[in-house]
Amino acid sequence: MPDHERMRETGCVRWTIRGILVAVLLTLSTTLGSLPATDLGFLLHKHPERLQCFEVTAGTAHVFYPRADAAECTAALLLEIDPIDLARHARRSSGWALGAYVNDRPYVASSLLAVALGKVFRTALNGRCDARPELVRQPIPLRIHLPAVPDGGDPELPERLFAPLGWHVETRPLTDPEWGRVDCVELNLSGDLPLAEALNQLYVLLPVLDDAKHYWVAEEEVDKLLRAGGDWLVSHPERELISRRYLAHARTLVDSALAQLADPDSGPEPHQDSGRPLAAQRRSAVLERLRAAGARSVVDLGCGDGRLVGDLLEDPAFTEILGVDVSTGGLGAAERKLGLERMPERKRRCVRLRQSALTYTDSTLIGHDAAVLMEVVEHLDLARLPAMEHAVFGHARPETVLVTTPNAEYNVRYPNLAAGAYRHPDHRFEWDRAQFAAWVERVAERFGYVPELDGVGEHDPELGHPTQLAVFTRAESARTDANSEDARS
Amino acid sequence: MNDNRILDLPDLSLVVLIGASGSGKSTFAAEHFRATQVLSSDRCRGMVSDDENDQNATDDAFDVLHYIAGKRLAAGLVTVVDATNVHKHGRDALIRLAREHDVLPVAIVLDPPESVCIRRNAGRTDRTFGAEVVRRQRKDLHRSLKSLQREGFRRVHVLRDESEVHTAEIRWDRLFNDRRAETGPFDVIGDVHGCRSELETLLGQLGYRLHRDEAGRAIDAEHPEGRRALLLGDLVDRGPDTPGVLRLAMGMVASGNALAVAGNHENKLVKALRGRKVTVSHGLAESLEQLSGEDEEFQRRAQEFCDGLVAHYVLDHGNLVVAHAGLPERYHGRASGRVRSFALYGDTTGETDEFGLPVRYPWAQDYRGKAVVLYGHTPVPEPEWINRTMCLDTGCVFGGRLTALRYPEHEVVSMPAQQVWSEPVRPARTAGSPAAGSSAAGDPSPGDAHTETSGQTPRREPGTLDLGDVTGRRILRTRHHGRITAEAEQSAAALEVMSRFALDPRRLLYLPPTMPPCSTANSGDLLEHPERAFADYRRWGVTELICQEKHMGSRAVVLLCRDAGTAANRFGFDPHEAIRGAVHTRTGRSFFGPELTAALLENVHAAVTELNLWEELDSDWLLLDTELLPWNAKAGELIRDRYAGTGAAAESALSSATSALRQARARGLDVGELAARTEKRYADVERFRAAYQQYCRPTEGLEGIRLAPFQMLATEGRSYHDVDHDWHLSVADRLAEAAPETFTTTRRRIVDTEDTASTAAATRWWEELTTAGGEGMVVKPRTNRVRGRKGLVQPGVKVRGREYLRLVYGPEYTEPRHLDRLRQRQLGRKRSLALREHALGLEALDRLAEGEPLWRLHECVFAVLALESAAVDPRL
Repeated sequence: MPDHERMRETGCVRWTIRGILVAVLLTLSTTLGSLPATDLGFLLHKHPERLQCFEVTAGTAHVFYPRADAAECTAALLLEIDPIDLARHARRSSGWALGAYVNDRPYVASSLLAVALGKVFRTALNGRCDARPELVRQPIPLRIHLPAVPDGGDPELPERLFAPLGWHVETRPLTDPEWGRVDCVELNLSGDLPLAEALNQLYVLLPVLDDAKHYWVAEEEVDKLLRAGGDWLVSHPERELISRRYLAHARTLVDSALAQLADPDSGPEPHQDSGRPLAAQRRSAVLERLRAAGARSVVDLGCGDGRLVGDLLEDPAFTEILGVDVSTGGLGAAERKLGLERMPERKRRCVRLRQSALTYTDSTLIGHDAAVLMEVVEHLDLARLPAMEHAVFGHARPETVLVTTPNAEYNVRYPNLAAGAYRHPDHRFEWDRAQFAAWVERVAERFGYVPELDGVGEHDPELGHPTQLAVFTRAESARTDANSEDARS
Repeated sequence: MNDNRILDLPDLSLVVLIGASGSGKSTFAAEHFRATQVLSSDRCRGMVSDDENDQNATDDAFDVLHYIAGKRLAAGLVTVVDATNVHKHGRDALIRLAREHDVLPVAIVLDPPESVCIRRNAGRTDRTFGAEVVRRQRKDLHRSLKSLQREGFRRVHVLRDESEVHTAEIRWDRLFNDRRAETGPFDVIGDVHGCRSELETLLGQLGYRLHRDEAGRAIDAEHPEGRRALLLGDLVDRGPDTPGVLRLAMGMVASGNALAVAGNHENKLVKALRGRKVTVSHGLAESLEQLSGEDEEFQRRAQEFCDGLVAHYVLDHGNLVVAHAGLPERYHGRASGRVRSFALYGDTTGETDEFGLPVRYPWAQDYRGKAVVLYGHTPVPEPEWINRTMCLDTGCVFGGRLTALRYPEHEVVSMPAQQVWSEPVRPARTAGSPAAGSSAAGDPSPGDAHTETSGQTPRREPGTLDLGDVTGRRILRTRHHGRITAEAEQSAAALEVMSRFALDPRRLLYLPPTMPPCSTANSGDLLEHPERAFADYRRWGVTELICQEKHMGSRAVVLLCRDAGTAANRFGFDPHEAIRGAVHTRTGRSFFGPELTAALLENVHAAVTELNLWEELDSDWLLLDTELLPWNAKAGELIRDRYAGTGAAAESALSSATSALRQARARGLDVGELAARTEKRYADVERFRAAYQQYCRPTEGLEGIRLAPFQMLATEGRSYHDVDHDWHLSVADRLAEAAPETFTTTRRRIVDTEDTASTAAATRWWEELTTAGGEGMVVKPRTNRVRGRKGLVQPGVKVRGREYLRLVYGPEYTEPRHLDRLRQRQLGRKRSLALREHALGLEALDRLAEGEPLWRLHECVFAVLALESAAVDPRL
């Protein structure tokens, strides 16, 4: 087995790519009716009769015209990528640099192509053409061919991205003779659009298809997105997905972009009719239970990005909050999200974030009033649950333990979830109500807790709540015995 | 002159000097102690304020002093506090500190005449305070002198004469529990509880010869080889002949044939004999009655004996600790009330369960110490090792057995009870009650109500280890490669993988190391070549090599138990579980789900049984290192995503690019060079696609899956890294012959690096293998683990074929300009990583063979995973 497979599994890789030169391609064809099609050369600011080369990030871009006559003109942008260069640029980013030294990026139209597009056709992108100013705003018939673009396993994504903009979209899924369908398509777009607009759309949407931008995403990317998105992004039905992916999921940037895109006239928020999100309801239910239990010091086991920790901090009743997670990356995100560095000292003293793992006993978890396992147990293999039970209920032994987990029965209510599928790809199991109840019962009996079952979210008479909740209260049968020495001997 | 004043000090103590300013404390300290042992308050004042006499800095100075003293005492170092200490509150703080670390506080008072102090202070330019201060300090001192013992100082020495300060001699007294110089061998015997006859029988069984008095009563026992008995306490109560047991034990201890530690029952018996009010229960009544039949002299001696018993002993250079109820490492060799209490009663949480019995903390589960700890107190059905500790109380008096452990042989010898001498005090616990499912903090294991635990299966925790076993910067000592460090961030990365994806640590006993390629070939169109591997080993001083065909599959470690009983007893698996072992990857994940794993292990089991390897290897389990074929069995998703995806995308992009360039050329554009490059690329991509298809073949369930074993890793009591590869592969051949549907064999050939014909033939063999589509070969020292001039030698290097490397370096790596760059690859880090991982693997196997506790194995396995997060070029 090549070592990179192990790297992929361990997911802790930092290294650089070296190697080989390869290519990506985009061709753009037009017929201009009464005008000679070769006027495309004016629009693109690239002479149809010459092969022109440009140094771009991570390689060389070549522009040439496979066809250039009065009837039709095709410009090709061929990008030869130098992976050594690529590695240099990619080091700070994550995405594809993780894991794969043989990767498909050199061959598929991707964010790299978008960057090359932005550099090579900068003037056209900005909608300037001194030679043919009348053509700039005029829709012209365009055909764009991308022999390989990634679709992230969703072959309909290109259609969803380009069709709302007026393109006729044709995709051909790429296949391997042995392995069948791979996560790439050949993409053909045709439509009548002003060239500058088409280029701007490609500039934004190619990286979105890729979903692994190769450069560091900074604040200025929001402006780039809004500039390139011009007027079309505001009304695009996938604007949220586009913003998210274009901004490499950097949450604050995405929020900022979406806020600027939000048009007061563009209608109600899409999720307003469905009430509060289930995750928020879950946190409220957990907080309510913690307050009812009179807990003051609370451990959030598997705190993720720290949302519950944030909620706990808002309530001065909770004086000691410990968030633990096995993912150091997640803890870093939580720290940033909670703004621990800028937090007032008094509040800051209440909270700690630390790495821990539920499959190991951790003595620093002892002595808290309550522990919360919110949507955590289903991320453990069933075979490892006893270790978690021992560590939490046997070793840490807080007075109160709260557990929430999906109710598998309720999944039929989610139209986008295939039958038998789990709500999250990392879920190792999802329990129905009977299974959860049996587990709760067993754990409570074994470790001396009194259980209580409940649910969170809209109750369905047949299916129950979408989220199951259990409250474990430590049985108080244990009592201090002043004469324990006699009892011992 | 031999009338020097002798100051006896326990050799682990906190020595508190007491005396007014100018009384000569610092001089005394400098003359009698090492400079590093002395903590001076003046020095500390200077450290925190730049002025040794700045009284405003006193609080901070003592904070520093206490902190350093605490660190030293925790490390078991004698510490001397040089401060006036004339006030009670200051001394109290030091006594608390000593108790916190379970060491004895002792006081040395320096009390020269007032004039001496004043004269000395006057002679110092840095001291500005006058005689008034000295007078006040001396007054305070004299007021406290009488109460120093009461305050808690175990010894108080007062030096008044000025000359004594110089001539006094310090004599370090060994603590009572310090028997480190005694190395045994020992026979360590569990709770006897008045079962004299069984004790005599057991001693006989152990080879002791009994001495009897004229009345025929055993009064001593002697071992012809000088072995000594170690009695773990609770000699008395409940049984039929407490006086008889005491008589024998007292005789053996007096003659030096035995050592005995106190048990809680001796402790209580002494109280009762002294007439103190105690609840007469749990068998005490029998003892008192039996003893009343003895003469007064015997009663007196018995009381003296029981009263004089030490609560624990540290023996054999600190490698063995005995205490009645066990002892955590931080208490070994310490002396304090709570150490004694723990040794007698164990760790109780202060809570009692619903039967009124104390809730006991299972300290052994958390034990991480180096010393073997042997103890009794709580009856167990079978003695078993828990983290280098063993309980030897097997409930003899309740009709169980009387058990001894031979040390250092670690051999258990036991005698069944002649009868049930004492009925259980309380009714047996019903099945399914909390006792069966013991938990760490809430373990309601019943006190001495023996039958409540006897008869139950041994208590097992569900394979949980403590976070402290794996996190942070960890330094592991390995026997073959010295100290190996895993950095804190590496441990953190490994924790995530281990916790989210890996198997239960009880099934994860070993992780294989990474393997470096041979040195880079520096000419031709190859990056790796066999001659380079032979040259590497020649340089490392190894001449006899074995070349093994490299299977293009996935590394798989197979753990197999002969039966459910072995799985449960040796590894603590759930006996009802169908899977008696594991088949896991290099990162500790299970290859298959439960059904397929069980089925595959069933097949392996059948083959091992057919060959009767169980008998041949004298083991009921085995651990096997293998390659699991085909590649796609494990890596299907990866092949589809990475290789097939890349291939298909490249094909589409390059065929379009090629035709676009052709069109451009057709209409007269000069695209020649670009077109040629692109076409060449197209051809390379085709070869790339051919390369990964080589290693895939259809599988369905276990259909098509094969294991290629190449090394036996461990069986009960032994590892195999010192056995040559011919043997290992012969086992593989036999398995493949016995079960061709499960196993496949590995082609190989022997090479002599000094013989050019031999190396040339091996090179041809490699060429044939790789031309036929093989991945390549692995070259190993034939004799297996080898030490060279510079220590441990690489256990193997790989020589991969030209076409295979396209999968690693990309479709077009064979282009000369790429090859030139790739030849710059650096192997140093990879080699170093491989050696460290190899050593950790060997360490894990040796620890496994030696029956070390789980956490000791797990730290090696975990460290391999941690090291894997190091930044090393993964293409190597």
